[in-house]
Amino acid sequence: MTGAGFWHMGGYALYVWSAYGVTAGLLVLEVVQLLRRRRAVLRRVKAVHRMGNEQA
Amino acid sequence: MSSGGGILTRYASPAAFYPLAGRLIPWFAAPAALLGAIGLYMGLIEAPPDFRQGDAYRIMFIHVPAAWMSMWLYVTMAVYAGIGLVVKTRLSSMMAAAIAPTGALFTFIALWTGSFWGRPMWGTWWVWDARLTSELVLLFLYLGVIALAAAIDDPRRADRASGLLALVGVVNVPVIYFSVQWWNTLHQGASIKMNAPPSMGAIMLWAILVMTLAFWLYSFVAAFQRVRCIIVERERHAEWVRKVVDNRT
Repeated sequence: MTGAGFWHMGGYALYVWSAYGVTAGLLVLEVVQLLRRRRAVLRRVKAVHRMGNEQA
Repeated sequence: MSSGGGILTRYASPAAFYPLAGRLIPWFAAPAALLGAIGLYMGLIEAPPDFRQGDAYRIMFIHVPAAWMSMWLYVTMAVYAGIGLVVKTRLSSMMAAAIAPTGALFTFIALWTGSFWGRPMWGTWWVWDARLTSELVLLFLYLGVIALAAAIDDPRRADRASGLLALVGVVNVPVIYFSVQWWNTLHQGASIKMNAPPSMGAIMLWAILVMTLAFWLYSFVAAFQRVRCIIVERERHAEWVRKVVDNRT
C-alpha cells in the first residue's frame, strides 16, 4: 500500500489513524514526562542536600 | 560466587540497581524503536487488507499487543509487589510502582484502539460485555494502585497498601483472558491460540509479534527510567545518592 491509498485506509482513515495517532502520542508523552521527572527529581534532591549542608 | 551471592541478590539493592538500570536503558530503547518501525511497516504497508474488514483491521497490530502488555505488566507488577510484601526488599516495591503507570497506559491504549476498531466493525464505541468491562476494571485497578501509593506519605505503608491491592487485583487478569470463552461476548475470541494453528496470515501474525516485542522492550525502558527516579527520591539521604546527584551538575 502506497501514496494516497495509504492515508485513505480504505475509508477507515479516521479510525485507523485515531488509534495509531493516540498510541504514538501517549508513548511520546510518557517518555517526555519521564525525562522531565528525572530533571525535577535531581534538582529537588540537590536542593534538599544543600539545605542539609547549611544546617550542619 | 565469592561474595554477595548470585546475580539477583547482587542487584537487589537500589544502590546497585540504579546504575545498572541506567546502563540497560539504551539496550532496550534501540531495539524497541527498531522493532516498532519494522512492525509498523509490516502492519500498515506490507500486510494486505482483510477480506472482510478492509483496512480497519490494521488497528489489531497495536490493539492486541497493547492488550497483552496491559495484562502482562499487571502480573509483573503484582509479582514484584508480592515479593516486596513477603521478602520486604525495597527495590521490588519500587519496581512495582515503576511498572504501574506504563501498565495503565497500555490498558488505556487497548481500550482506546478497541473502541476505534469496534465503532466501524460493531457499530458501537463501547458495550458492557465481559471482555471490555474486565479490561476497564484493569485500568481502574492500575489507577487504584497508583492513587493508593500516592495517598500515603510513609513509603513503607504505601508499598504495603498498594502492593496488597495489586495482589488482590491479579484475579482479574484470567477473567480478562478467558472472558471470551466464559461468556457470550461481542468481542472476538483469542487472536492467537496455544492449541490451534493461527487463523490469520503469517505476515499479520509476525506484525503482531514484532509489535508486542517492541511494546515489551519499551516497557523496560519506561520502568527502568521511572524506577531510577523513584530510587533517587526515596534514597535521597543515602551517601551514594548524594554523590550521584552532585556529579550531575
